[in-house]
Amino acid sequence: MVDRDNDNFRNVIENPCPMCMPLGAILPFKGIENAMVIIHGSQGCATYMRRHIAEHYNEPIDVASSSISERGAIYGGEDNLKKGLDNLIQLYNPGIIGILTTCLAETIGEDVERISHDYLNERGMAEYPLVPVPTPGYGLSHSEGYFLALKRIIGRLARPAPAHKKINVITPNLSPADLREIKRILTLMGAEYALCPDLSDTLDSPYSKTYSRIPAGGTPLADIAVMPGAPATIQFANTLEESISPGHYLESTFGVPLFNLPVPIGLEACDIFLDVLHQVTGNQIPDSLLIERGRLLDAMIDSHKYNAQGRSVIFGEPDLVYALTRTCFENGIKPMVVATGSRNKNLHRLLTGPNMHWPVDACFLDEADYASIRIHAKEKGANIAIGSSEGRYLTEREDIPLVRIGFPIHDRVGGQRLLSAGYTGTTMLLDRITNALLEDQQRHYRLNMYLSYFSGDLEMR
Amino acid sequence: MNSLRAGITVVEERRASIHTKSGQSCGLRCETDSIAGCVSQRACVYCGARVVLNPITDAIHLVHGPIGCASYTWDIRGSLSSGEELYRFSFSTDLKERDIIFGGEKKLACAIDELVERYRPPLVLVYSTCIVGIIGDDLEAVCKAAAKRHGIEILPVQSSGFAGSKSDGYKAACDVLMRLIEPRQGMQPFPGAVINYLGDFNLAGEAWIISDYLRRMGIRLNVVFTGDSSYHTLKKAAGAALNVIQCAGSMGYLGIAMQERYGIPYMNVSFLGMEDTANSLRQIAGFFNDAEITNKCENLIARESRLVEPQIMGYRQDLEGKKAAIYVGGGFKAISLIKQFREIGIDVVMIGTQTGRHEEYDTIEGLVGDGTVVLDDANPAELEQFMMQQGADLLVGGVKERPLAYKLGLAFVDHNHDRKHPLSGFAGAVNFAREVHDTVCSPVWQYL
Repeated sequence: MVDRDNDNFRNVIENPCPMCMPLGAILPFKGIENAMVIIHGSQGCATYMRRHIAEHYNEPIDVASSSISERGAIYGGEDNLKKGLDNLIQLYNPGIIGILTTCLAETIGEDVERISHDYLNERGMAEYPLVPVPTPGYGLSHSEGYFLALKRIIGRLARPAPAHKKINVITPNLSPADLREIKRILTLMGAEYALCPDLSDTLDSPYSKTYSRIPAGGTPLADIAVMPGAPATIQFANTLEESISPGHYLESTFGVPLFNLPVPIGLEACDIFLDVLHQVTGNQIPDSLLIERGRLLDAMIDSHKYNAQGRSVIFGEPDLVYALTRTCFENGIKPMVVATGSRNKNLHRLLTGPNMHWPVDACFLDEADYASIRIHAKEKGANIAIGSSEGRYLTEREDIPLVRIGFPIHDRVGGQRLLSAGYTGTTMLLDRITNALLEDQQRHYRLNMYLSYFSGDLEMR
Repeated sequence: MNSLRAGITVVEERRASIHTKSGQSCGLRCETDSIAGCVSQRACVYCGARVVLNPITDAIHLVHGPIGCASYTWDIRGSLSSGEELYRFSFSTDLKERDIIFGGEKKLACAIDELVERYRPPLVLVYSTCIVGIIGDDLEAVCKAAAKRHGIEILPVQSSGFAGSKSDGYKAACDVLMRLIEPRQGMQPFPGAVINYLGDFNLAGEAWIISDYLRRMGIRLNVVFTGDSSYHTLKKAAGAALNVIQCAGSMGYLGIAMQERYGIPYMNVSFLGMEDTANSLRQIAGFFNDAEITNKCENLIARESRLVEPQIMGYRQDLEGKKAAIYVGGGFKAISLIKQFREIGIDVVMIGTQTGRHEEYDTIEGLVGDGTVVLDDANPAELEQFMMQQGADLLVGGVKERPLAYKLGLAFVDHNHDRKHPLSGFAGAVNFAREVHDTVCSPVWQYL
């Protein structure tokens, strides 16, 4: 037997939950103004990831590759990477470039930091923001790749800056619609902000007569540069480890106070967000937002008895899973199986802590695969699944209806337009969940009642 | 329409891979490595191998590598099965840093043991990935030992991602298939008209459609490589009198290998479009030189054509004069598409492939008209530039190309492996015409 690293050690994963680290690292670059990415590795890596991301957002996802071949694997990929950067700059003229490593590059020992440095010197571009991020596919999952890349982008660009009023708002992998909602709330609260990354336009771009190879939008580099002068950082990543936390970096390096909050999905999480905004800006919560809050409460009351029937299986990236589980708690839906493909020290502790309603018989899965999620969901009698479209497997095999949220959503359109954040988004999410429960009930209750209670002679029908 | 902020469109080094047809063919540069940084649309060796082997329905498809390679290939293909469903699962040894340092052989052996115990499959295929090629795990030895332990066939697939292109992955898959085929005693083929059908992955039931045609002609389909195939059916492949090959890019190599080892002749066919379908059926019937088969074949073609021709002609009325751009994986598909577009009155103004071969590009240049842009291993910037410059109304391509077409306001036809409707045979020809019509004639374009 191979040594056991941890409780979840398995020799084989069946139907994987997580995606690989470089895929996660592509996403924040897509939310930085005029940014491009090159994957240092085999050509296929870039292609698979582009396909996986493009199918979710229905947007062109251009990602370059250093296209390491057999020769590069033996003699090193430095020439390929440099040439790749030359070509990429010619084609896209980006203002910042991320270099993401892969299994291959890391295993053959590519020193990407050194190559980047040499490249910039050789080309006389010493000041150009080239951001290497070590993201071996055998390292951490896509969730950690996302935050590590974000931390590196901020680490490369942020410089000590005079105090200003723009709040740093660090977001995890949320839908562009959710990001737009967060921006709307910030504006309603009278807050100035730098949302980073800002995928709201870049990965959900409007049709336009003029096509832009790098879509318009994204966090301006100038905004990132002055992040150290911000009055505070609000980061929606309360399960995140400090070592890869961009907010923690800004706090420990530049003294920017960090509010590490849950993703604003669910009544309490939205309340926390608004309280912090009130605290940081000194502004009162406007009536319009209070009305939205009232509507959410009204919806929660309207649906509470239906929701009480819910036994959910929740899966996805840790911060989203945390928010969704709390939303279930708030609405009387019992989370019976809570799973993430990532390895996360904090999620379980936070969900089972004081003031939580963690059911004694619920099951928590770290580094999960869908085979184990399926087994536990069946065993616990789950009747609703909440997570990415990979959960269609639970519908197909166990007849558990799926409410799609998170990344990726491949079998339906509009993953990028799904709104679940803020009071209004939470109301819409809750309706999607309640309606899935209702639809399931309506589909099955006649037969269920018949099977449960009918005792007459079949011949008499 | 032009690009904002963008730089140049064609990198100097790429020019030899792009050609505007005028007169005779010029020898396009192809079958070379992708140029770094050019945002190639190509995939890797593993991708090619997995595409070809994944439709084997009762095999365990185990990826020896990091999680991503298995994650991105879990049940993404529309290959259908009439039996087992095991192929729709994706298994991974999920290699981690310590495995990279200490080697992954032990973990792989344990993974195989676990899976065989759980699923009792007749066959386990172990796909190698980039790092496995680097850390030097001996897949052959691990598989051999495991096969001995369990008394079933366990084969490595040499598909380290960087070690070539998608085409090399096809080859690696064909090597595995050759190992699966059982030599026949005395090398005598099965009695009667029995053929194998290579290069159909039964997307949306396409192999079932062709199998039905053949049955109606009095020809028995022995093995399909690899759509809706199973371990035991693949074993019997050496008994066929003829191999017909549809997707020559992926399976041509297997046809040649089977001819060399088993003396089975092969012919290239295409069941895409009415014209190609009819010609291919005639070609197969012709091989057997049997009046009854020929007769049945002609009846079938006449009957099916009568059914679909009016429908296709109906669509053609609205489509005549439109211009198509094509960017697909292999040359076979590209060639068939030119002819299929001609059937519905559409000219091809731009055409390219990821992995087309020299002889396929020669054929392409022979088929398209002067002024058509032909390009190998194109990138989004080039696709954008040439589709707009050539005035294309629609693009045929895969998942990555679709959003580009839509952003440019162009119609789009999905010709990928996850589609849910067949494009083969007479039924497929109608589906194709309807899909082109649905997208080109949609009201949505009026609002742009």
